[in-house]
Amino acid sequence: MDAFLLQILNGLDKGAAYALIALGLTLIFGTLGVVNFAHGALFMIGAFCAVTLQRILSFSFTTIDETRTDFLGNPLKVQTPYVESWFGPELGAAIQDWSVPLAILMVIPVMFLFGWIMERGLIKHFYTRPHADQILVTFGLAIVIGELIKYFFGANPIQTPAPQMFLGTIDVGSWLGFDRGAVAYPMWRLVYFMFSLLIIAAVFAFLQFTTFGMVVRAGMADRETVGLLGIDIDKRFTFMFGLAAAVAGMAGVMYTPILSPHYNIGMDFLVLSFVVVVVGGMGSLPGAVLAGFLLGILQSFASMNEVKALIPGIDQIIIYLIAIIILLTRPRGLMGRKGVMEN
Amino acid sequence: MGILEVKGVNKRFGGLQALGNVNLSVAENTVHAIIGPNGAGKSTLLNVLVGKLIPDSGSVMFDGQSVLGRKPHEINQMGISRVFQTPEIFSDLTVFENVMIPCFAKRDGAFRMHALESVFHEKDIKAQAEAMLADVNMLEKSHMVASSLSRGDKRRLEMAMCLVQDPKLLLLDEPTAGMARADTENTIALLKEIRTKRGITMAIIEHDMNVVFSLAERITVLAQGTPLVEDTPENIKGHPKVREAYLGEAQV
Amino acid sequence: MLGLNKSDFKLFLIVCLLALAAPILLNPFPTDSALGQSFNAGYPALMQRFVIFGILVIGFNILFGLTGYLSFGHAAFLGVGSYAAVWMFKLLSYNVVPAILLSVVVAGVFSVVIGYVSLRRSGIYFSILTLAFAQMSYQLAYSVLTPITNGETGLQVYNNDPQILMRAGDPTVPHLFGWRMNDKTELSMGGWNFVFENGYYLAAIFMIISFYLAIRIFRSPFGMMLRAIKSNQTRMSYTGLNTKPYMLAAFVISGMYAGLAGGLLAAMDPLTGAERMFWTASGEIVVMAILGGVGTLIGPVLGAGLIKYLENIVSKINDSILHSWFAFMPDWLDNLLVGIIHPFIGKGWHLTLGLLFMAVVIFLPGGLVQGGQKIGALFNRKKKSDAADGATKPAE
Repeated sequence: MDAFLLQILNGLDKGAAYALIALGLTLIFGTLGVVNFAHGALFMIGAFCAVTLQRILSFSFTTIDETRTDFLGNPLKVQTPYVESWFGPELGAAIQDWSVPLAILMVIPVMFLFGWIMERGLIKHFYTRPHADQILVTFGLAIVIGELIKYFFGANPIQTPAPQMFLGTIDVGSWLGFDRGAVAYPMWRLVYFMFSLLIIAAVFAFLQFTTFGMVVRAGMADRETVGLLGIDIDKRFTFMFGLAAAVAGMAGVMYTPILSPHYNIGMDFLVLSFVVVVVGGMGSLPGAVLAGFLLGILQSFASMNEVKALIPGIDQIIIYLIAIIILLTRPRGLMGRKGVMEN
Repeated sequence: MGILEVKGVNKRFGGLQALGNVNLSVAENTVHAIIGPNGAGKSTLLNVLVGKLIPDSGSVMFDGQSVLGRKPHEINQMGISRVFQTPEIFSDLTVFENVMIPCFAKRDGAFRMHALESVFHEKDIKAQAEAMLADVNMLEKSHMVASSLSRGDKRRLEMAMCLVQDPKLLLLDEPTAGMARADTENTIALLKEIRTKRGITMAIIEHDMNVVFSLAERITVLAQGTPLVEDTPENIKGHPKVREAYLGEAQV
Repeated sequence: MLGLNKSDFKLFLIVCLLALAAPILLNPFPTDSALGQSFNAGYPALMQRFVIFGILVIGFNILFGLTGYLSFGHAAFLGVGSYAAVWMFKLLSYNVVPAILLSVVVAGVFSVVIGYVSLRRSGIYFSILTLAFAQMSYQLAYSVLTPITNGETGLQVYNNDPQILMRAGDPTVPHLFGWRMNDKTELSMGGWNFVFENGYYLAAIFMIISFYLAIRIFRSPFGMMLRAIKSNQTRMSYTGLNTKPYMLAAFVISGMYAGLAGGLLAAMDPLTGAERMFWTASGEIVVMAILGGVGTLIGPVLGAGLIKYLENIVSKINDSILHSWFAFMPDWLDNLLVGIIHPFIGKGWHLTLGLLFMAVVIFLPGGLVQGGQKIGALFNRKKKSDAADGATKPAE
């Protein structure tokens, strides 16, 4: 029972990441009718925003400390990060420690701007082109972004630790009456899960309770009619693209302590998120979230040693297997509507 | 015994009785129209006839076989050809190829590979397609890409694609919906010509009374999902029940 | 001729000629000159890639060009074909015949399974499904299937492999009944050095056969049905044709082409790894097809050749070569240009590929063939307006 709980918990953070990316993908399909193969790359840019901030915060200047010497007998060179000299050693170190959460402040405007530019500069010209062209051009963009990241940050995964205070584990089991230490859950994963719930709730609230969101939802249902009402739907859709990019970026930033970012995570997550969207049902926001968590949890169950002993390799392919089964039995996905993206 | 026999068909959508005990018999070698005001269940009936919807009860027999639950290509292979509201043609292909494809389908069935033969070496198919195009006066356009045709020619081409298969029944779904007056007249003329030349059985589902009265030999009036009357056009015209059903619409 | 009409036959002859004379045609510059070092493409390793990827893209084009179904997982079939061929080398002998046969058969069977599932959906769903399948194969090859794929090391032939059909004195490299793939005839004329390699010619002959079959398929009733599916599926099924088997047949044919290409890659160099199935590899196939011109006969061959040629040149160029090119410029300009170009060359080939990909989709969606036709039409119009009083010929 406790092992069961632990697997559910382990699946939550991965599921949360899938759900956030799938949510953005679905928003873009639904509003703009565009299939964005570069959405995984947006997640990755978010992750590398965290890396960048970490690097910026550790920019240092060198002073020579005459009182001490290094092992060669020369005066010791001391590296002092700028933030420490500006804010004092303690606050400076704390700021560095908190670089990942702080990166959220950076990622929102950066991703929003990136999304805005991407929509105005590229995607806009593809509204009337066939879906194949949209897929291809965003796929090309995903390659370019991935390669640029590789050029600037190298091909190896980069460690981006969570703040010190979140490094430990929480004994979730003891809250629920299990043995002490039976269900130890890394604290940052819990933070990630909470954080993503917050964002998902915010996106849904935004769509549900604001007039802007109402127009967008109406536009998702029937674009032409809303256009006829004299509402400038395009401007709102551009905003939606920026929003979806920001959501993907935030998902990426917060995921860095769980998985060290490298230049391929964009495509890894994109493929899985697309599967999530297909399973959840194209065009259905709740479907995307539900399927994200569902697949995350199933994947974590499949990576249990007991299961792997039974069916070797199941952890690698469980998501695809589920997708195949869903498509064969419920072709429109769990919560899909008729006629979405079916030409 | 008609070629198309609809017996006791019922279909409910939730609380709405879309079709209630529909009985219909299309006799061979007639033009049979099914008319009715909006919401009378015409499109539901059509979807049942082409196998898209399965009724809650009742049967639809074509030429002695049930059509229920069959795939579109199976229904076509049974001998029903369908004409759509807006012409459905292969717009990227040439007019000639458009007509050749149904010829192949007629000869070879639903699937045959012949991946290494040349299309243009198939003498009999080519001859059939040419004869058909000549018949609808489109031979000189046979090398045009179908998307560049005028609207009327697209309709003509679609008819040719159906007729070349020599179907036992031609099913027309509001063939003049949304057309300008002149186009409507042309379509009526085309259908009349086909009727007199080929003596083909047709079932027309139509909203426009004008079209129906100039073509049909037998008319079924559908209202609220049930057949009201079935008779010849002359008798239908003066029928009080029909007037009632169409009240407020008849003058349109 | 050969069941082709006049213009197709002409095209076929041109392709034959190009393929067979490639070792000469692709060496326009003297071998030891600077230009020859950078731009000559007439050496076996590269020419093999031209023709093998040509086969791959010709097959891809039968699916994408005719039916419009965009597969993003075609590299999986290539990878499977390679694995099958290397296994034949390991188990039987270095003879390429069973290897290539099995690679085609295995890729065919694999594509029946993937096609059956993926083709239940169309449009972007299909693209996503094929991409997912390819990623799944890639991940399986690196994890559970390691006993078959040899994981990250890659699959190759070892001395202690069974090779049960191997007799004493048989070559220990891939061969066709004793005719070694890596044997070559060299011909020196002046500054030129032409290399004719057996392996290249085997691959080229396969490419010619593949191209011929593709023309026949394009011009056949089957090809016409596939184009009809792309044009209007509704009318297709109400015309009494079952679209499913047509689609599956096209998918399997194109998978078998990819398997053949994979088998040939292994026959040229008997080792393979899972990276052949990675998504960038699938993406590369799509770029080749788009660049050449989707749905045209010659486009895939052009696209494959051009991409592989660019890849070869771009990855060979380094900063010092650039500096030597820009030597005539002032130093600051030279350094600036080299600095700008640096990310795109050498190991930056994929960046260039990505940009090329976007540029082609944005500016030249019809590919080189359409681009060429447009330019041709421009010239024709000019000619026509020059001779305005001449009677205009009706179009065909």
